[in-house]
Amino acid sequence: MGADSLFGPLDPAPDAGWTAAPPRMGFFTDTSVCIGCKACEVACKEWNAVPDDGFNLLGTSYDNTGGLSANSWRHVAFIEQDVLTQTGRPDINWLMMSNVCKHCTHAGCLDVCPTGALFRTEFGTVVVQEDVCNGCGYCIPACPYGVIDQREDDGRAWKCTMCYDRMGDGMTPACAQACPTQSIQYGELDELRTRADARVAALHADGDSRARLYGHDPQDGVGGDGAFFLLLDEPEVYGLPPDPVVATRDLPAMWRRAGVAGLAMAAAVVVSFLGGRA
Amino acid sequence: MSPRDRSVVPAADFRSYYGRPVVRPPVWRHDIAAYLFTGGLAAGSAMLAAGGDATGRPALRRAGRLTALGALGASTYFLINDLGRPDRFHHMLRVAKPTSPMSMGTWILSAFGGAAGVAAAAEIGPAVLSPLGRAGQYGAAALAPALATYTAVLLADTATPSWNVAYPELPLVFAGSALASGAGVGLLAAPVREAGPARRMAVLGAALELYGAHRVETTKGLLSEPYTTGRAGRLLRAGRALTAAGVLGAVLGRRSRAVSAASGLSLLAASLATRFGIFEGGVASAKDPKYTVIPQKERLLAQRTTTVTPSRGGSSSPITG
Repeated sequence: MGADSLFGPLDPAPDAGWTAAPPRMGFFTDTSVCIGCKACEVACKEWNAVPDDGFNLLGTSYDNTGGLSANSWRHVAFIEQDVLTQTGRPDINWLMMSNVCKHCTHAGCLDVCPTGALFRTEFGTVVVQEDVCNGCGYCIPACPYGVIDQREDDGRAWKCTMCYDRMGDGMTPACAQACPTQSIQYGELDELRTRADARVAALHADGDSRARLYGHDPQDGVGGDGAFFLLLDEPEVYGLPPDPVVATRDLPAMWRRAGVAGLAMAAAVVVSFLGGRA
Repeated sequence: MSPRDRSVVPAADFRSYYGRPVVRPPVWRHDIAAYLFTGGLAAGSAMLAAGGDATGRPALRRAGRLTALGALGASTYFLINDLGRPDRFHHMLRVAKPTSPMSMGTWILSAFGGAAGVAAAAEIGPAVLSPLGRAGQYGAAALAPALATYTAVLLADTATPSWNVAYPELPLVFAGSALASGAGVGLLAAPVREAGPARRMAVLGAALELYGAHRVETTKGLLSEPYTTGRAGRLLRAGRALTAAGVLGAVLGRRSRAVSAASGLSLLAASLATRFGIFEGGVASAKDPKYTVIPQKERLLAQRTTTVTPSRGGSSSPITG
């Protein structure tokens, strides 16, 4: 593990020690064609046997899931915006977006996991080993996207695996398989990035200047996401952080600060015992 | 001017998804806040014991050794009790992982525990254990600064906004708090003729802690706010008052055993309040999306205004809102 392993662009599977790793796989979620059907949420639960997360009416548009959690590994956000049409008539603008674990190049959850339960797969994704996790909870505040979560009656941490079991057999993850509009696209990350650039260009050419990519840039604070998005508004509107940075970027500086404070402690004790009369 | 009167940052306009948090608040219960205190207490006490033994102050040595082991036992309980799967606590020992402050802390705590255990056993055991106890005592004292400060890295190495932003100063707060609590043990347990070093430790520890906390509460812009308002604000203000009272008593009460003991208690309570305050401040900053969104938007804006060609946005044209 080199110094650059903590930050900046890299291919995560070889960096984690995989030799002859297959191409990095990912999700491209194009929210401009999402119709809010929640087939992704359902397919994910079915395939991964994720427990229900309550049957609640949240009063947040058609979203009664609320957000990603230990028991929701795909989450469809619904945003209703009051707008005026070109003729000045009030109208509603709908935004829908299927959110998921970003499978970061520099994954905060993976960096801080003290048991090795979280690991980097050969596909460059990040997966929790449920037989190893002891529920310490450190991954949960470490995620800059608020994705990974502790399951209450179970104690362990859970999140999207990108259907690691299906990937190993060359199959498409359940959510992407179930998506009826190809809003969720699965494939080799490099290819998805090219496809996404073309899609943004096409939307701009069609006059939709709102379209922008999120999480696609290897130069960003997490080294780029394995699951990235085409959005039609600012990230925070969808509940996403505008400029996420993996905390581990600053870990060497943090340890240095702790070292200085530790030395100050030792000096204070020496002074205390040698410095006075009584 | 009290922190409450200071206008921190004008309320900025920001959008969120139905006001829901962006980052997830820690699921840690108050066990972890309590551990921040007991871990620091164990460290401060171990250093007190080593200093006391090296300079011929047996009361400091004894109190320090026994408190270090007691606080270590409490720490172990809190840490295991907070796990989602306490029966799997030993999975912490599967790996040694430099990118995980919790993994590093596990090994620091384990090594410290062995050393402090030997030192305490020698204190109450037969005299033949004495050389071994001394080795354990100095070993524990050598590990104590790491034990006292790694917890600051542990909190800072998260996406919790007000912990992360405070990474330069949190170790000072925790180091100072650990020293002050160790000094508190000395003031409580030792007769006045032995307590001189504990008084000086109290002053130096309090200075470190107050300086660090002041920086955290005043220099982080919007992200200082969670430390000055609500429960965290009350706890940190209480911690500051108790620290001041403890230092005052330690300095002025050098002839009175009762005043010394009271100031020792005050310092211990101060350390406890400060740790809970820092813990609560971070939790509060994660619960409100504004603490995640606004600083990140400001950072992006600053990047865009300083760079001529936008570096973020890749090959697509960047759209700013």
